[in-house]
Amino acid sequence: MDAYAPQKKERVFGDVVLSVDDISLSFGGVQALANISFGVREHQVLAIIGPNGAGKSSMLNVINGFYHPQQGTITYKGETRRQMKPHQAARQGVARTFQNIALFKGMSTLDNIMTGRNTMMHRNLLWQALHVGPARKEELEHREFVENIIDFLEIEHIRKTPVGRLPYGLQKRVELGRALAAQPELLLLDEPMAGMNLEEKEDMSRFILDVNDEFGTTIVLIEHDMGVVMDISDHVVVLDYGRKLADGSPDEVRSNQEVIDAYLGVAHD
Amino acid sequence: MLYREAGQFKSSYDEDQAIFPILQDRIMLAIVLIVAFVAVPLLFNEYWLSTIMLPFLVFSLAALGLNLLTGYAGQLSLGTGGFMATGAFAAYKLAVAFPEMNIIIVFLLSGVITAGVGVLFGIPSLRIKGFYLAVATLASQFFLIWMFNKFPWFTNYSSSGVISAPPRAVFGDYFVTGSSASPQAKYLFALAFVALLALAAKNIVRSHIGRGWMAIRDMDIAAEIIGIKPLQTKLGAFAVSSFYCGISGALWAFIYTSSVEALAFDITRSFQILFMVIIGGLGSVLGSFLGAAFIVLLPILLSNAPTMVGLNISVDLISHMEFMIMGALIIFFLIVEPHGLARLWQVAKEKLRLWPFPY
Repeated sequence: MDAYAPQKKERVFGDVVLSVDDISLSFGGVQALANISFGVREHQVLAIIGPNGAGKSSMLNVINGFYHPQQGTITYKGETRRQMKPHQAARQGVARTFQNIALFKGMSTLDNIMTGRNTMMHRNLLWQALHVGPARKEELEHREFVENIIDFLEIEHIRKTPVGRLPYGLQKRVELGRALAAQPELLLLDEPMAGMNLEEKEDMSRFILDVNDEFGTTIVLIEHDMGVVMDISDHVVVLDYGRKLADGSPDEVRSNQEVIDAYLGVAHD
Repeated sequence: MLYREAGQFKSSYDEDQAIFPILQDRIMLAIVLIVAFVAVPLLFNEYWLSTIMLPFLVFSLAALGLNLLTGYAGQLSLGTGGFMATGAFAAYKLAVAFPEMNIIIVFLLSGVITAGVGVLFGIPSLRIKGFYLAVATLASQFFLIWMFNKFPWFTNYSSSGVISAPPRAVFGDYFVTGSSASPQAKYLFALAFVALLALAAKNIVRSHIGRGWMAIRDMDIAAEIIGIKPLQTKLGAFAVSSFYCGISGALWAFIYTSSVEALAFDITRSFQILFMVIIGGLGSVLGSFLGAAFIVLLPILLSNAPTMVGLNISVDLISHMEFMIMGALIIFFLIVEPHGLARLWQVAKEKLRLWPFPY
């Protein structure tokens, strides 16, 4: 048998690491999310899909503490919570990227990714002002880690470039790098492939799968490209007008009549 | 051709993130430091040292302080004058109350006191941003100046409301404040303070603390989501900025003018320093110095230029022309490079790296 033949690896998941229970969120009279429940298992890639305005981004914002739902709870790593601040979520190992790139435009690629490690750097102001001994050592240790991410994402050549000058596809990659720098256990990606060409999408899909494989990171992503979603995700949640339409493996979702009616549509022949 | 980094290889991250990674920059800095520490005190006369170089140094430090807050952390402030006054009066009270205390300690402590005051007035920044924050910081400007005028305790019950710096010496008997201090000693003392604090500022802004400030400046929501605490970061920026402004105020009162009243630090002072930061370059340590040089040194140059080249123009015409040329130059520089003189310098360096083959 050919040892190099591609093998379908059996995907192994851990326990439910994040469970969303009965979440409702409304802005004034607009119901953004209504009684949403689902769970994400460790090492899983979960995709949230749905038409525009379905509440996908709101769902991510609830998970990382940016929106506070009126009803329901989020259980992350066994800890149940209603409200929390985004920076607390970050310190618990939740990182995310944004639909519209939210990089720090005035800073270089390297500095942007280094900022992702800020929560792990503790030397105080006095040490930093002197920039000797422990402060310098700490800076170098983190630089080492960040350089590994830069290597991994193949963005060595733009290390020192201010991110404002970079093309869109690279900015998206830098943003992923910044999220990875925090060594997250749960990574939330809001449309990581929006506005990309085919090649960039393929690269990005590869990076996402590699992150999942190599670091065992659990990933929740929002994406509109059905080809990508069905290929890379283990589990799909479909939202429409704030309601959950379906929840299951890509194949189950693809054949669900409600989902086809609301979102996927049928081929006209 | 002169400014090229070809052949300068970096074999460690430590070398790569050195403060001046390029050899030519290090040579340049060494020359500037030698000129500032050796040539200037030897060659400049008393007038030049005490009326031109000292205010330049004092303003540079204040501009640097404001730049840390506004340029790096993105918090617009009009309270600089108030913080400088706080530093001046704190240094005065400390120096008079503890005559034995070393003047360096006095200055550093007055900076720490000002940092505390800065944190207090920085609290509104947690809720309001941009121009609205600038208006909120005006409160500190007016309140602090009013307080120093209102309560004679701050001036040790001096009838005129003026504080005079007591004579103090460093390293035994080198007087740096008071009437017996030589201009050279004053200049070198102020220069040492400014140089060391500028180095510290540069180190802070390239550390994780500085990156946190810039993250808050560029996109506060994203910064919070990657785990930067807005409260600590903003108040930290206010504290460090006020520390610098406070020491600048203390240098003003003790080294530059020797006696000062609270009104010297009124709202026009805050505006003046804000203009320095804007013209020099927001978010640049070098820009603070360039901006201070532009605002402090250029008017002096302009008012002396006609006599220097032998033109016989009446004094009032010279002063009118000074205003006109100054205004025109400010507009010119803001159109050519809205990001300030420091950016012009940076662009020039980038071009120079490729010159004469810019392709």
